[in-house]
Amino acid sequence: MIPAPFDYHRAGSVDEALRLLQDGGEDAKLLAGGHSLLPLMKLRLAAPPLLVDIGRLRELSFVREDGDTVVIGALTRHRDVETNAIVREHAPILAHIAGQVGDPQVRHRGTIGGSIAHGDPASDLPAAALALGATFRVVGPGGERSVPADEFFRGFLETALRPGEILTEIAVPKGSGAGWSFQKFNRRAQDWAIVGVAAVRNGHTGIGLVNMGSVPLRAAAVEEALAGGASASEAASHAADGLEPPADLNASAEYRAHLARVLVRRALEEAGAP
Amino acid sequence: MIGSRLRRREDPALLTGEARFVADLNVPGALHLAFVRSTAPHARITNIDLSAATAMPGVVAAYTGAELKDDWAPLPCAWPVTADMKSPPHLPLAVGKANHVGDALAVVVATSEYLARDAADAVVVDYEPLPAVVDIEDAVTDRVVVHEDLGTNVSYVWELTPDKDAVDTAFAGAAHTVSERYVQQRLIPAAMEPRGVVVVPQPFGGDYTVYSATQIPHILKVMLALTAGIDETRLRVIAPSVGGGFGSKLNVYAEEVVALALARKLRQPVRWVEERTEAAQATIQGRGQVQYIELAADAGGRVTAVRVRLVADMGAYLQLVTPGVPLLGGFLYSGVYDVPAYSFTCTSVFTNKTPTDAYRGAGRPEATYAIERAMDALAAEVGVDPAEIRRRNFITPDRFPYSSAAGLVYDSGNFGGALDSSLSLVGYEELRAEQAARRERGDRVQLGIGLSSYFEMCGLAPSRVLASLNYSAGGWEAATVRVLPTGKVQVVTGTSPHGQGHETSWSMIVADRLGISPDDVDVLHSDTAMAPYGMDTYGSRSLSVGGTAVYLATERVLDKARKLAAHQLEVAEEDLEYASGSFSVRGTPEKGVPLAGLAFEAFTAHNLPEGMEPNLEASTHWDPPNFTFPFGTHIAVVLVDTETGGVRLARYVATDDCGNQINPLIVEGQVHGGIVQGVAQALWEEAVYDEDGNLQSASLLDYLVPSAAEVPSFETACTVTPSPTNPLGVKGVGEAGTIGAAPAVMNAVVDALSPYGIRDITMPASPERVWRALTAAAGGSTSTEARP
Amino acid sequence: MDVSMTINGSARTDTIEPRLLLVHYLREVAGLTGTNIGCDTSSCGACTVLVDGESVKSCTMLAAQADGADITTIEGLADGDRMHPVQEAFREHHGLQCGYCTPGMVLAAVSLLSEIPDPTEAQVREGLEGNLCRCTGYHNIVKAVLAAAKAPAGAGSAGAGARS
Repeated sequence: MIPAPFDYHRAGSVDEALRLLQDGGEDAKLLAGGHSLLPLMKLRLAAPPLLVDIGRLRELSFVREDGDTVVIGALTRHRDVETNAIVREHAPILAHIAGQVGDPQVRHRGTIGGSIAHGDPASDLPAAALALGATFRVVGPGGERSVPADEFFRGFLETALRPGEILTEIAVPKGSGAGWSFQKFNRRAQDWAIVGVAAVRNGHTGIGLVNMGSVPLRAAAVEEALAGGASASEAASHAADGLEPPADLNASAEYRAHLARVLVRRALEEAGAP
Repeated sequence: MIGSRLRRREDPALLTGEARFVADLNVPGALHLAFVRSTAPHARITNIDLSAATAMPGVVAAYTGAELKDDWAPLPCAWPVTADMKSPPHLPLAVGKANHVGDALAVVVATSEYLARDAADAVVVDYEPLPAVVDIEDAVTDRVVVHEDLGTNVSYVWELTPDKDAVDTAFAGAAHTVSERYVQQRLIPAAMEPRGVVVVPQPFGGDYTVYSATQIPHILKVMLALTAGIDETRLRVIAPSVGGGFGSKLNVYAEEVVALALARKLRQPVRWVEERTEAAQATIQGRGQVQYIELAADAGGRVTAVRVRLVADMGAYLQLVTPGVPLLGGFLYSGVYDVPAYSFTCTSVFTNKTPTDAYRGAGRPEATYAIERAMDALAAEVGVDPAEIRRRNFITPDRFPYSSAAGLVYDSGNFGGALDSSLSLVGYEELRAEQAARRERGDRVQLGIGLSSYFEMCGLAPSRVLASLNYSAGGWEAATVRVLPTGKVQVVTGTSPHGQGHETSWSMIVADRLGISPDDVDVLHSDTAMAPYGMDTYGSRSLSVGGTAVYLATERVLDKARKLAAHQLEVAEEDLEYASGSFSVRGTPEKGVPLAGLAFEAFTAHNLPEGMEPNLEASTHWDPPNFTFPFGTHIAVVLVDTETGGVRLARYVATDDCGNQINPLIVEGQVHGGIVQGVAQALWEEAVYDEDGNLQSASLLDYLVPSAAEVPSFETACTVTPSPTNPLGVKGVGEAGTIGAAPAVMNAVVDALSPYGIRDITMPASPERVWRALTAAAGGSTSTEARP
Repeated sequence: MDVSMTINGSARTDTIEPRLLLVHYLREVAGLTGTNIGCDTSSCGACTVLVDGESVKSCTMLAAQADGADITTIEGLADGDRMHPVQEAFREHHGLQCGYCTPGMVLAAVSLLSEIPDPTEAQVREGLEGNLCRCTGYHNIVKAVLAAAKAPAGAGSAGAGARS
């Protein structure tokens, strides 16, 4: 399994990356850690004619505090998110989930931005971003903009990123005292979640679902029920309301819906919901 | 020496990257092959367009099967189990029709692996789809036929019913009967090293050296000679370091024949290395059976008859021993129990799926699964504990050699001893108490305990018994032992290890007998030029057959050395003692001669007894008198999350008896690895085909080989009941873990779920299957067998 | 395009196709065949090497991405004729059979021990989740890694070879 041929450019700065993307037009695809894109290219499910490698942009690998938020550079590797002291203190669920992505080798190469920009509904980090109410900073030919996580995931592997844009930062509200839980159900540790649930109680309760639709999702019906005063188990019974979970070798849609209800209840209980 | 935990001599090369697997061989000028494989389960091939591929850079040639049909004969099947067995021609490249996804249709030859792959993708195949035969019980109906020329999907029906009246009488008079249906899902062997082959021809010299990731270099040489039409003396087959086999490399594959034929045609070295997806589609798969097993028992739960009806999936073609696999289990459905009446029938069918063949245990895991699951069902029927039902039925140690109703003679056994050992190790009473407490409080997580008292037959010998089963190979093994002039010992074995550590174990056998260091014993293998005779490595045969041959050759060398020593020391042979590598005269220990000195004398041949040939060397071809029958009891403890259906293997206890042990370190390693493959069948692995015959689990993303994170450490013990069939008293252990494990785990899962009235879960016991069973038991509407 | 990297302490520069995977670069260009290929889907870990001291699946990285990196393959782990403590422990505890997964498994273990020098059994099992072995049932691999972590001082740290 070998990728189809492509041209390769390595960007030395965000500006250079933007220029390379613009020059490459529709043919160009960004390469960060490569752990979402390269497997698809090896199977020839993706064959971009031009890769713009932004993996070396140290300027996008950082964690810093900014008032009430923690800001994480898009090219921060999962391993670095997992072990970063600021993330562990102020967004412990994010550190925990970064430590659950794939396997150690994946976490040594894969990046938070790459994972979110790929927008895979089976990935853990988009659900975390939804539960946390993250905001994504994006730069493009037309300048910078911010996109709330809620508005970012548009369709299957489709995000609000426009052609020529680069995800640069992920900002999450601080919540060191917040209750949280991540429930990942799979058959082998290295696999994607069959269903995953990220729950954060920080005033309001945010719940992100993994692998429960064609895009990373919030469990909106559960959040509404909780806001309306429902108990954890009552609210959890709405976990799959209105959703169309996928079916694959590991689980039917019906079973996924069941798992979502069980795991949301467990997540709410662990996060300390009433 | 024998019985010590000697570290393996194989390891340093493997641990440092020095070892060379087939893909590591650097052959200057070698051309790379890439295969074009059918994407259709069953289709007429109306056209194959190679033009785009041949126009691509680096492409040397490309061929369809029609263009090469005169370059080979069909691939061999060496086990025509019945005289009227139906076997379709199996061409290395299919012509006119594809019969399974992955069936090779064309081959591209290019100067690099990358370019070969690119060009293979550019080949255009036109398919005219045909309906596919997927379900094996549907296959029996011949509603759709895979091979029109055969007129039926049934390859053969094989029956073993020594006394039908006895079986009928037993069932008619039974106080209890159980009747069970079990499904053995197809498994993908998934040796970590994919297959590969490199052929180096000498066009003018006329010789061909074939390097293959194979378990069977010797058998492969003979079969390649016959299939490719090359004089056997012109072929040399070498199995370099081989990264596991588990039966999947016990075969003669299309790619090996194509590589040889193209090396001959193009007069250049060629190489091919399998991709993992190809391994899923084009390397054999294992299991694939539907089993109907009935037990008749008296009021006390003593089994009086076993009746088994099997439907076995051959896949699209018969590979080397495909049809024989169900027969290897066909004698064993009465397990370790004293059952007077026996009936077994197997109907084997073709389907539009990858051929099946031997996979770790080959027939024996299936048989053990059926009888061990059925014994638990009987225990429930009679109302006794699973341990008790086994105890009531065990063949007791005083009954050996035991003649079974199926016609085997079991060599030795102490089945109660193994059961007691495992029950004690696991703390059976305490676990049952914990189980009762969880049930009592309605715990979300239920505990299950599963027993499996397995046994198997290994060694696959003697040859005349194999003949009675129509197996076209012998059950013997060859060995040569030579003491070199410097006193170092060289062993040549016909076995072909690929992870089993034969170099270490064989050196221990020889060192033990000769009283020398195992470091002074070198073991040569897996090269038909060095070891011209061999029957290779499969079926847990290597130690009991090949190891014994090594032992006997050592004895012969020692006999010759004794004669020479007597001559040199001018004493009678009877007056000599042998210890620590030297002969000495009884009563005069200072008068002696070391083996090394004798070897040099034999080498110079200056002073040999009249009629003695030079050199200290001896060979044997050992054909054992009987199979060996390893056994044991495994106990699995599982925790089942009744909300999610998730099953976790919490503990695993195994007591195994493989007779005498040469190296317990290696024995334990075989048990551990075998257990995980058996557990994996129970919980994770399945070659999933959709209803149209497309393989859905063709990668290691979807075919769930477990990692370290999914299994616990094991608690193991052993008992030792030597086999009387060979002088080492050994039995074999390569398949034991796999045979014991799947029924232990599934009995545990069903045990955990028994309070809900659940009696079976189809393997693998995926969380969804468990959840569906629980939902159905609670009166829910979900069907238990709906495929997600 | 040109790439330069240090492999097992030796610097080299080669002209390569951009699509060349690191594992193929190591095996076919650098001639280091100890790194094995076991799957197409980043699942098996047989191709694990250390990139700047950390375990990486070299089938899921372009050689181009490794430009400038410091690579350790299994061939570079021993110190002269003395095997690395993790290699020694694998031998001592029979943590390998066919040996095909072994180079990747050993390097994954070295990387794990550099991050968690004194792991629990559960941490070892989780830490090796990305490496499949079909022979050993993992029992002796886990035992070996735990033993390597406790290897006596002076034998060299089990995580050494990885970036400290």
